[in-house]
Amino acid sequence: MPLTEEEWKELTDRARAIRRDIVDVTGWSGGAHIGGALSQTDIMTLLYFKYLNIDPQRPDWEDRDRFILSKGHGGVGYAVVLAHKGYFDPELLRTFNHSGSSFGMHLDGNKVTGVDASTGSLGHGLPMAVGLALGARMQGKSWMTYCIVGDGECNEGSIWEAAMAGAHYKLNNLVAFVDRNHLMIDGPTEEVMALEPLEAKWKAFGWWVTCVEGHDLMALSAAIERAKEHDSGPAMILANTVKGKGVDFMENKAEWHYGGLDSDLIAKAKTSIGGQGS
Amino acid sequence: MSELTEGLRWTVYDANTMTQGEIYGQVLCDLAAQIPTIVGLSADLARSTKIGALAKAFPDRFFNVGIAEQNLFGVAAGMAKSGLIPFVSTFSAFATMRAGEFLRTDICYQRLNCKIIATHGGTSFGPAGTTHHATEDLAITRSMANLVLIVPADGRETANAVKACVHWDGPVYIRIGRGFEPLVYEKDDYGFEIGKAIEMRPGTDITIVAAGVSVYHAVQASDLLAKEDGISCRVLNLHTLKPIDKEAILKAVLETRRLVTFEDHNIIGGVGTAVAEVIAESGKGCAFERVGIPDEYSMIGYPEDIQSHYKIDTDGIMEKVRGVLGRDFEEDEDWEDEV
Repeated sequence: MPLTEEEWKELTDRARAIRRDIVDVTGWSGGAHIGGALSQTDIMTLLYFKYLNIDPQRPDWEDRDRFILSKGHGGVGYAVVLAHKGYFDPELLRTFNHSGSSFGMHLDGNKVTGVDASTGSLGHGLPMAVGLALGARMQGKSWMTYCIVGDGECNEGSIWEAAMAGAHYKLNNLVAFVDRNHLMIDGPTEEVMALEPLEAKWKAFGWWVTCVEGHDLMALSAAIERAKEHDSGPAMILANTVKGKGVDFMENKAEWHYGGLDSDLIAKAKTSIGGQGS
Repeated sequence: MSELTEGLRWTVYDANTMTQGEIYGQVLCDLAAQIPTIVGLSADLARSTKIGALAKAFPDRFFNVGIAEQNLFGVAAGMAKSGLIPFVSTFSAFATMRAGEFLRTDICYQRLNCKIIATHGGTSFGPAGTTHHATEDLAITRSMANLVLIVPADGRETANAVKACVHWDGPVYIRIGRGFEPLVYEKDDYGFEIGKAIEMRPGTDITIVAAGVSVYHAVQASDLLAKEDGISCRVLNLHTLKPIDKEAILKAVLETRRLVTFEDHNIIGGVGTAVAEVIAESGKGCAFERVGIPDEYSMIGYPEDIQSHYKIDTDGIMEKVRGVLGRDFEEDEDWEDEV
């Protein structure tokens, strides 16, 4: 079912609260990959609060949908989403990056409840997502696998190895996203290593592809609905996003790929995001 | 996991006519017939690695990802996460170097139940050239935490290792050769156990520690040295490099006080280094030498010629053993004053 008006309102508030908490955790942590965490937030909010068939009380439930954050540096955003979903006490996030903490910038699935795969090194998540989808189908399971890939991550050869395999095995139980925020560490994607025409590339690799505004929950929801209906192979939702989305002084700035925040910047960032903290 | 294979009845494989790889393929098929969660994956090397036997017997349970080794290990990791037991086969050089970080990050770091059966280890694919030799794989995998590392001596030990790895809950790397390695064992039930070295020959003058194809030559050398020189040469088959059998190594140090290691691998990081670490940390002194590929890229040629060149064949082992026997490793023969 597509997002209702009521759900849209609820999820919009939720995404705003998640963004505020990402700002806080980034402050506590001393530094995190906040730019990409903010760009992926609307996709993740929609997945975790609308689409994923999961139960935080049973994180190892074998029939749950699986999610892999292939762009593992979005870990600070992923951790906040999991805390909002109820996988663990949000207070634990105060230890983010601290010595001995379960939470580092790239989440470890053996340490953080709710994380289906440890990621961090780029180009690993989509291959694992292909394996999960293949494994589900082989065992006659109906659960879905979702995966978010970074746009810069699409420089990695293994992403295209996985793209070939996903199409070859016609994995219609796999829905992936590219968080297309157009920036990587060293600058704009098209300057560092051109990705365009990205839609044509994914299509040429045999995926069903749709392009969508990555901060429009209604548009994202419609795209996911169509992706799930597509039954002859894997689906790719190219989500046009803004790095640092929601925080005016971070938006579209490559230097906010990673950064720390003092109390002044935290206050400014929250003012820009608006809403109330959770 | 023992209940998974409870009641299995093992056939004795025809190790006289089957290569290590062929035996692996057959054992895997037998295991897969009993354990429905076993799947196989390769990267266009199903035929060469013999995992193709599984593809033939269970076509729905074999996945070829094409020539894409990184994806091979990533997909295997995902399948393990879905509840399956993936067996992954490609050449050792590609498993540990081309896809090394995927093996480390996806499989070892996450401690997934994947079994990597890496073929064409060492210089066994000799004429193919140095790109297809793997003289670094043991050094690389030995430093990957959570990973069990087995180097079977022959086809029978390959069968035992493949059977045993299914019982081990976690990642296992089994390094076999191209498949033309001579037989060492006459029967299957000689007491193979992961992590327990096997004394192939007793001895009191010196100990040879070997793994893989070098075990055959070590046994031959030991027999000839006894006959020709009257040397009592112990042979330890260190088939499991990790977890390493410290007890067997230190027993050999104390009882023979001279050790030589032989391996089809760079002498840095493999069998010799692993043994040296155990000896050094024990505080016990002994005469010691590592023999294998010196720190260089291995020569091109037939495996027997390569082994002869690097003195890891029977003649080379005899020469090296005689050399170490003639070495005076300490003035003071009193063990009691040592650390």
